[in-house]
Amino acid sequence: MSQHLNSDEVRHTLSILVDNEPGVLARVIGLFSGRGYNIESLTVAGVDEANNLSRISIVTRGSPMVIEQVKAQLDRIVPVHMVRDLTQQGLHIERELALIKVVNKGESRIEALRIADTFRANTLDSTLESFVFEVTGSSSKISAFVELMRSLGHVEVSRTGVSAISRGLNVDMPIRTQNETQE
Amino acid sequence: MTKTSQPKSNASETENSNDLTVTGADAVLRVLEDLNVEVIFGYPGGAVLPIYDALFKRNSIRHILVRHEQAAVHAAEGYARSTGKVGVVLVTSGPGATNAVTGLTDALMDSIPILCITGQVPTHLIGNDAFQEADTVGITRPCTKHNYLVKHAENLVPVLYEAFHVASSGRPGPVVVDLPKDIQFAPIDMGQVEPAKSKAVVRYRPVMIPDADAISQAADMIVSASRPIIYGGGGIINSGDEASEHLRELVALTGFPTTLTLMGLGVLPSEDKHFLGMLGMHGTYEANMSMYHCDVMLNVGARFDDRVTGLTSGFSPNSQKIHIDIDKSSINKNIRVDLGIVGDAGIALKMLVDEVKKRKAAIKKDALSEWWKKIEEWRAVRCLDYNQKGDIIKPQYAIHRLWQKCKGDDVYVTTEVGQHQMWAAQYFGFNAPKRWMTSGGLGTMGYGLPAAMGVQIGNPGKTVIDIAGEASFMMNMQELSTIAQYQLPVKIYIINNEWMGMVRQWQELIHGGRYSESYSASLPDFQKLADCFGMKGLVAKVTDDLDPVIDEMLGTDGPVLVDVRVAKEENCFPMIPSGATHNQMLLGPNDKAAKPVSEEGMVLV
Repeated sequence: MSQHLNSDEVRHTLSILVDNEPGVLARVIGLFSGRGYNIESLTVAGVDEANNLSRISIVTRGSPMVIEQVKAQLDRIVPVHMVRDLTQQGLHIERELALIKVVNKGESRIEALRIADTFRANTLDSTLESFVFEVTGSSSKISAFVELMRSLGHVEVSRTGVSAISRGLNVDMPIRTQNETQE
Repeated sequence: MTKTSQPKSNASETENSNDLTVTGADAVLRVLEDLNVEVIFGYPGGAVLPIYDALFKRNSIRHILVRHEQAAVHAAEGYARSTGKVGVVLVTSGPGATNAVTGLTDALMDSIPILCITGQVPTHLIGNDAFQEADTVGITRPCTKHNYLVKHAENLVPVLYEAFHVASSGRPGPVVVDLPKDIQFAPIDMGQVEPAKSKAVVRYRPVMIPDADAISQAADMIVSASRPIIYGGGGIINSGDEASEHLRELVALTGFPTTLTLMGLGVLPSEDKHFLGMLGMHGTYEANMSMYHCDVMLNVGARFDDRVTGLTSGFSPNSQKIHIDIDKSSINKNIRVDLGIVGDAGIALKMLVDEVKKRKAAIKKDALSEWWKKIEEWRAVRCLDYNQKGDIIKPQYAIHRLWQKCKGDDVYVTTEVGQHQMWAAQYFGFNAPKRWMTSGGLGTMGYGLPAAMGVQIGNPGKTVIDIAGEASFMMNMQELSTIAQYQLPVKIYIINNEWMGMVRQWQELIHGGRYSESYSASLPDFQKLADCFGMKGLVAKVTDDLDPVIDEMLGTDGPVLVDVRVAKEENCFPMIPSGATHNQMLLGPNDKAAKPVSEEGMVLV
């Protein structure tokens, strides 16, 4: 995470299609730590079983020149197939999922439920002195929800980090069917 | 690819049967044979014994036994750089792999194609802290272009083909293939080789052909220049000999002044009138001043390294910059350019020559001759002049004389790292690419001796000289034994000033002359050292010794170790002090008081 934010630093969300093979995540993370780039969040999961591909979403921060470097350096990694800068491309959606446990008693419990309702959070678990909420949305929405819960009790948080995709009918990274793959 | 039905225990029997099933170790050698590998530099050990056994049985590829794995990689680098082929290394697991790391990093920094096969403990023991186990792919991930751990036998052949392809195409670099011992015994179906070969090139496809519009735009910029400069680097050499031909054609066509990086020396003949000498920290005054004052800069295959740019904020402040590089990440990394072109240097230069030909009439001849007049003034400073008087041999003179004695012959030179390296770059002239092998990016002391072995293996019958410093030489001098074993006629020319000279120079310049631990104490008698390895040892103590010693060295068929005792406190000039710009060069010792190194500069290396 960035220690100091320079004024010319911008936040970019990158989407990367990689071969789902051992070490590929280490390569990506090693690139960021080795060259001193920032990772604000990183998520990864397999998205195309037939072609053995995973998608990594990275939120990074840096000067425009550094962002260009990050993309070029990522593109150099052999198992990286495609690097897309969603921030640069324009309209895209970023979502995060968080699980939030809040431990409290009395009036605060009612307030917690009311706020959870406002944020369209699901209650996944409940005891007489605790709730676990599931909330999805933009990172700022989740941060706001966590802040409110903090004022209502002891809070524990697990967040997935940002997953992102472009808006509109443009398909950057098509998932081919089994038949297409074999051709 | 499918696994064969034979159980593992039958692997040795199947080798002799008629089907195409062989052991993993045998498959490694068959693939290397198919890739026309002639020589492997290596060192055996427990985890690669099956491959060494196959090497013994097949007897198809020459193996050079080094004395340390670092030297195996440097030797392979020397071989690769002087021949344009891929250097192949074979080492064992654990310490074998970790010893190779310096060489791999060196090859990564200088973009040298290396295939390094490392042994690994059997797959079922990986992660158990087994004997001679190291996380080789983890350790080498940041110091290779790519690496592989082969966990399944059916992946072995495809991985080897892809590794070779990745090492040698695009921007070349080192690739490690980590092979667990059980995979080396496993049965492999060689009937599946052809599909594996064609698949190997699919995943990694670097951009080779540059954008034609960008080339045309570059040609427009070039012909409109009043004060142009061409700045060429190692990418031109890596691209192949035609790239140097195309650069020479471009230079002849335009009449533009041209400078080369440490890695690019030889692309243009050193005595070509358009050649301004090397640029950068210890480059010539005329090259650096031309870089500073130019209005259009054409960078081909160089990466604006910090040794070249000096202070980036003051780098060539008034120029339009064109950068041709095969690696997109090199463009706009250190220096913001006006036109970046991704592609192979040779292809790009050929296209550029064609475009410039169409515009030849537009070249500003008058402005160019004014520019040359200015450059001749800078040249007249004669920044490389040195004063050789009396009996004490100046290091510059020692190298200058060596070059004069070698002129006319096709000589290959390697160096170690330090003052002697810079003097070699300044005072030895190269007329062709692939004749100059030096550790540029990583600056690895101990590079030159093993690299010279590799050069000699790749170029039998040619004169190969390692211009060394006494401290660097001692970092890998165990390789004298390798040189003796294979009777490699390498000439080791030690510029012996009894100091880690470059360290001493920096201590003099920015640490008040406190020479902390930079003296080369307890040096051996190099003549006797040569003698005990059965090679010729020579020493030059005074100026008059030098010519006869060089003559005898060059006239000897076998290896020769020469101890040239030079002036001890000579410094490398000219010099751009760290944190300074191209127009703030120190020309000699008298300059250094006038321009002390800035505080910002002191923290730089």
